[in-house]
Amino acid sequence: MKIRYQPIVPFNREAVDRLIDEQHGLHPDDQYLKPGRIPHIWCPGCGLGVVLNTYINGLKMSGIPIDRSVVVSGIGCTGRVAGYLNMDTYHTTHGRAIPFATGISLARPDLSVTVFSGDGDLFAIGGNHFIHAARRNINLKVICVNNFNYGMTGGQVAPTTPVTARTTTTPYGNAEASFNLPYLAHASGAVYVARWTTFHARQLVNAIAETLAINGFTFIEVIAPCPIGYGRPNKIGSGLDEMIYYKENSVVRNGADPREADVSLRGKIVVGKFSEEKRPTFREDYEEKVLKKFRRTEG
Amino acid sequence: MSDSGILSGEFFMNGDEASAEGAISAGCRFFAGYPITPATEIAERMARRLPQVQGVCIQMEDEIASMAAILGASWGGIKSMTATSGPGFSLMMENIGLGMMTETPCVIVNIMRGGPSTGLPTLVGQADVMQARWGSHGDYEVIALSPSSPQEMFDLTIEAFNLSETFRLPVFVLSDELVGHMSEKVVIPPPEQIRLISRLRPTQTPDQYLPFMAGENLVPAMACAGEGFHVHVTGLTHDEQGYPQTVAQVHERTVRRLVDKIRFNTSRIVRVEEFQTADAEVVVVAYGCTSRTAREAVQILRSQGRKVGLLRLITLWPFPEETIRRTAQGIKAFIVPEINSGQIAYEVERCAQGRAETVLLPMMGGTIHTPEMIMEAVKEFLP
Repeated sequence: MKIRYQPIVPFNREAVDRLIDEQHGLHPDDQYLKPGRIPHIWCPGCGLGVVLNTYINGLKMSGIPIDRSVVVSGIGCTGRVAGYLNMDTYHTTHGRAIPFATGISLARPDLSVTVFSGDGDLFAIGGNHFIHAARRNINLKVICVNNFNYGMTGGQVAPTTPVTARTTTTPYGNAEASFNLPYLAHASGAVYVARWTTFHARQLVNAIAETLAINGFTFIEVIAPCPIGYGRPNKIGSGLDEMIYYKENSVVRNGADPREADVSLRGKIVVGKFSEEKRPTFREDYEEKVLKKFRRTEG
Repeated sequence: MSDSGILSGEFFMNGDEASAEGAISAGCRFFAGYPITPATEIAERMARRLPQVQGVCIQMEDEIASMAAILGASWGGIKSMTATSGPGFSLMMENIGLGMMTETPCVIVNIMRGGPSTGLPTLVGQADVMQARWGSHGDYEVIALSPSSPQEMFDLTIEAFNLSETFRLPVFVLSDELVGHMSEKVVIPPPEQIRLISRLRPTQTPDQYLPFMAGENLVPAMACAGEGFHVHVTGLTHDEQGYPQTVAQVHERTVRRLVDKIRFNTSRIVRVEEFQTADAEVVVVAYGCTSRTAREAVQILRSQGRKVGLLRLITLWPFPEETIRRTAQGIKAFIVPEINSGQIAYEVERCAQGRAETVLLPMMGGTIHTPEMIMEAVKEFLP
């Protein structure tokens, strides 16, 4: 057959460069942000800006250069974090950030690989990958931003939505039990498990820096406001109201048994560093028990 | 074994094992897979062989994870591969699309068995040909190679790596249970006789480099993780910077290039073997294990004086349109035996453009055609 293609509009590099010249570099942290990517897409009152900021500050505190840092994310609002960071970043398919990151981490064990994704991405569609990567102790820093719902698609029920909470797909209240993420992570084998809220920005910076120094599968849950998808239908109020809720209802219990870290609709939120342990990573064991057998010695 | 880890020599091995050796010879140093009949021997061979060359082999939790992991490893700068069969191939489809959209070189071996669903795990099929072409959603062009012997499992796995590195996309080795499990002589050449191609690397400085800006060959240079280029890689429609753009104009430009980089290079990619076709009045078009039966049928018919030839498709995708078009002029018919209800036959009929008749010899799977089945079909035109 004959093909009559549509005309192609070429990439306008000048316009892109002009935008970057005019708008990039005004903020001291711009070196950590991809030139020309701000403004971000997140809603007013969303917790993701805080999380992005704490990650940048945690990275600074860790001393790991951006050239050695990789961020991998799945799909969803949190999935967009990767695209704003000025480093090698990979925005993959829904639920598959962890196995993609596993490939990078095993191919380049010298790099620091962080997985940034949401509760739906990591624990519904991606739940199986999470438990297996934790079991294998793949050297990944997993940061899960938990806003208790599917924000990107407009506020549907998630595996973290507390029972009785309203979402667009639980209009009469959620009838399902929700995951207790720190307990799940701990039971699956994560070597570091913590939970903070976006109200605990300083603790979060410290926790991120702390995990970046650990060789192994670490897990930080960040409870974050979603005033549009979760706050409004559950009458929590604005993003600011949700921050006040975290302030008044969070209980810091470092070393707490993660089994006691369940979250309910209007209950207390147990936060803190729940556990840390040391065990060999997959790559360390593979080096020691497999690759070493075949390594040629010099001379 | 040489320093390169290539097992040069003559061996008696099955197609699955030969494919694994092809991968090692091509420089593959990362394999992620999940056990599935009849492809498991590839994972087993890679588990044994990769550590010997300081590579990594990991058995993932499923085929979705396996496909994701080989994409990640490829962005880590390492040649990577997975191997599977029908059900696992289905699970890989979404991440195959990610590999197409992000232009990630890697190789997927599919040892086809009977389907749909669990079908015939231990028996032959060829019904994933269209799935390989169209299986992931959206528009893209693919490369799929069809080996017909253990030797070709070795050779074409290397070729698949070379094509994936040249054109930056996941490339399929679309084999079948019979070829995968068949044992024959396989010659592994010395390393210096194996031609290897590596992905184009950026020559610009990081601030000048655009990760998805291609030159005339339509394939962009690839900067991998940790090389200081700060690349953003996304399955969203993206511009030359790699930044997401939900814009029709950018989609037109990006998807067109994904398609055109294969379409415009079809003549460089396509390989067919023509056997006794020069004066043929009927041509059998076959691939994989079926081409072996077809060759036998053609030889018997030729010994009886019938003017019949074999067009063996080594490349299934992109489809060898020109060869079919050219052959169709001046023959009576194409005979297309395949172990499915009709897939490549539709392509043959399309390209024949009515100049020659197309006869499909379908077989649902579990067994192969006999030479007699093909001979009878030919005799209808050459009594």
